[in-house]
Amino acid sequence: MLAFLSKRIAVAILVALTVSMITFSMNYLTGDPAIAMAGENATEADLDAIREFYGYDRPIPVQYFSWLTNALHGDLGHSHYLNQPVTDEIMARLPATMTLGLFALIFALALSIPLGVLAAIRPNSLLDRIALTTAVVGQAMPSFWFALTMMLWFGINWQILPVSGADTWAHFVMPSIALGYYITPGVMRLTRAGMLDVLRSDYIRTARAKGVSKFSLLFKHALRNAIIPVVSLAAVQFGFMLGGSIVIETIFSINGLGYLAWESIQRADLPMMQAIVLVLSFFYIALTFLADVLNAWLDPRIRMG
Amino acid sequence: MKFGSTALWAALVLTTALPAVAGKADDTLNWATDKEVAVVDPYFSVTRELVIMGQMGWDGLVLFNNETGEFDPLLAKSWEWQSNTVVDFDLRDDVVFHDGSKFDADDVVYTINFLADPSNGVPAQSVVNWMKGATKLGQYKVRLELREPFANAFAYLANEIMIMPEGFYDNAPVGADGTRDLSALTPTGTGPYKVADIKTGDYILWDKNDDYFSGGPKGTPEIGHINFRAIKESNTQLAELMTGGLDWAWDVPKEQADRLEQSGQVTVVNEKTLRIAYLAFDVDGSSGQTFFTDQKVREAVAHAIDRDSIAVELVGAASEAIDSACHPDQFGCTQDVVHYDYNPEKAKELLAEAGYPDGFEFDLYGYRQREIAEAIIGDLSAVGIKANLNWLQYSSLLEKVQDGKTPVNFMTWGSSSIYDVAAITSHFFKGGPDDPAKDPRTAEALQRGDTSIDPEVRKEAYAEALGIIADEIYWLPLFSYAKYYAFSNDLEFTPTPDEIPRLYAARWK
Repeated sequence: MLAFLSKRIAVAILVALTVSMITFSMNYLTGDPAIAMAGENATEADLDAIREFYGYDRPIPVQYFSWLTNALHGDLGHSHYLNQPVTDEIMARLPATMTLGLFALIFALALSIPLGVLAAIRPNSLLDRIALTTAVVGQAMPSFWFALTMMLWFGINWQILPVSGADTWAHFVMPSIALGYYITPGVMRLTRAGMLDVLRSDYIRTARAKGVSKFSLLFKHALRNAIIPVVSLAAVQFGFMLGGSIVIETIFSINGLGYLAWESIQRADLPMMQAIVLVLSFFYIALTFLADVLNAWLDPRIRMG
Repeated sequence: MKFGSTALWAALVLTTALPAVAGKADDTLNWATDKEVAVVDPYFSVTRELVIMGQMGWDGLVLFNNETGEFDPLLAKSWEWQSNTVVDFDLRDDVVFHDGSKFDADDVVYTINFLADPSNGVPAQSVVNWMKGATKLGQYKVRLELREPFANAFAYLANEIMIMPEGFYDNAPVGADGTRDLSALTPTGTGPYKVADIKTGDYILWDKNDDYFSGGPKGTPEIGHINFRAIKESNTQLAELMTGGLDWAWDVPKEQADRLEQSGQVTVVNEKTLRIAYLAFDVDGSSGQTFFTDQKVREAVAHAIDRDSIAVELVGAASEAIDSACHPDQFGCTQDVVHYDYNPEKAKELLAEAGYPDGFEFDLYGYRQREIAEAIIGDLSAVGIKANLNWLQYSSLLEKVQDGKTPVNFMTWGSSSIYDVAAITSHFFKGGPDDPAKDPRTAEALQRGDTSIDPEVRKEAYAEALGIIADEIYWLPLFSYAKYYAFSNDLEFTPTPDEIPRLYAARWK
């Protein structure tokens, strides 16, 4: 187990390094960072001064290794746009994104798992059709449109929820639903398919013959096995929501990490971009690892290798 | 990133009733723009928001008066030019900083000498590098030396050069890459509002400065608190406006502004700005598409585009078509140059004369307001010219422009809110990297205007340069921009063309 963990960590570091190297190079494709920093009315003198001051006149590999050396000493750099250490800013933005991602995941799972189970119990019934329709609508409806529609009714017409910001739990209701609804179809379909498979299996038939109650049969025996792929999907989706919640964060003006990443690309704030990529890579790796552990707990066969 | 929905907003305006605005109730003016504000510092954050907040939290030596077009004394009581490059200022003696320390000549000398030293890394060097330095002549008297005669000295002193307390930047921690951690400093100025609370990227709360000196051109602040929020999405800004979460917003898209105005739920004002739009031509063929090396082709383009309609229909009522490579309100910006009217037939004739009776195909580059670029493309296609639109980030586009790789680029320029031709025409036509023509005639004339302090000499020099630019059609100036402001009906606010909203002067009705 220790060897397995060490190998995983080594691979994770390698992945993070590769991603950061690629990001560093790709950042230059968005244009000269000096121009982005100096703003629209900059003169050539402004640009030259910035390039020299921030070291953009050095070769890219030299810049990268300079950044890497500082990063290994715990200094992820200084945001050119925000004029402060990037670590401080990421730590300030992380709670909003984590809260949004977590609420969205809870909403998605609370909606999609019961729907998936109910749809599997009665395949081709009205309930099944409703569940499938929900999934199709969720996949077809653009999340920004859904978000704006909610904002219109709940925020403006009825004024029961705040329109923007991230000050209280109420601020997260609409964004979490808008973000969570987007991943609901996938989770619901996977739950439904898993449950259909499991419900047809021999051990379920045996349990049914032994007179196990329907509730116990569904939620103790069947769901535990059917949910294994859902756990992996949920972990990946949570990672996606941390980095990919830009649209929702923008609409509801939640200044989280996704929004910061987008803004940093726009502003060619290279140190900030680098740090965000590192952090998000770390989360992705950690979540995948967590999903493996959870699956091992749910299915002893995985533990046995 | 925009997530517009016409139907949604039509429904919104038709179905909502505006509640009582919270801003007036708790004496807080809530305003928002689409940009995050970094550190609250007027020098190390190159954004329009910091220009606005710079005027809230700090004072310069002088203040531009939009009504008179003159510079009013602010921290300086008076001034006297000793030569073309030396000016002495007598300072007020009744001013205190937000931290209670008294303002005097040492603060002015420190600020100017800090800014003038390139090693301090102020990003917008052109804003500060005209200053050689300052010396103290007395406790309330300073001398400012310029590197050379500079027409926009006072414009920069008014808009950009905010006086900091002596030694302000000395306590900022310096990172491994040599940059200062300005978030460790408490923003301190002499302005009518002082920072009360900051959450980076989220909000900046300002409190009224009760110790602000009286009798100055900024008046006495009345509203108790001013709170800035960054709200990227314009729909969200409007939703907050309509629910009372916001009292003031600008850059409202025209379509939404029209609907808001009809609803009467908020006050909507269209005010001109100093920003203009233009097409710049590749006159030397360096892009590989040589159509625009022919002056007849450039003239055909000028006649093909209905600039008046674009200005009024797409930009706003306060927008106007322009003929000169500058804003009509700027000093030295004569519109008495050759005028190319909208005349598609003449455009076709000119194309035929140039050898393109069936038109041609070229690459048009742009970075903002795609709807205007598309209107231009539509007008050009009507005379047989097919434009392929290349839409880029500003920084990427500027690189291409400066490398001479764009046959035609649709760009804009805001002149840093400076009412002087030197802030635009001199930037673009004095042979620098942004100069599409590198014409020595314009460079010479503009240099003559820039280095004189005689208004008549300057006007004459600029008129000469602008005439050449219009005759040769190095640029096709399109229109001046206008901004839509939307604000609470409870708010008394007057927009100004320089795009520096005087929020410190706003009042509740």
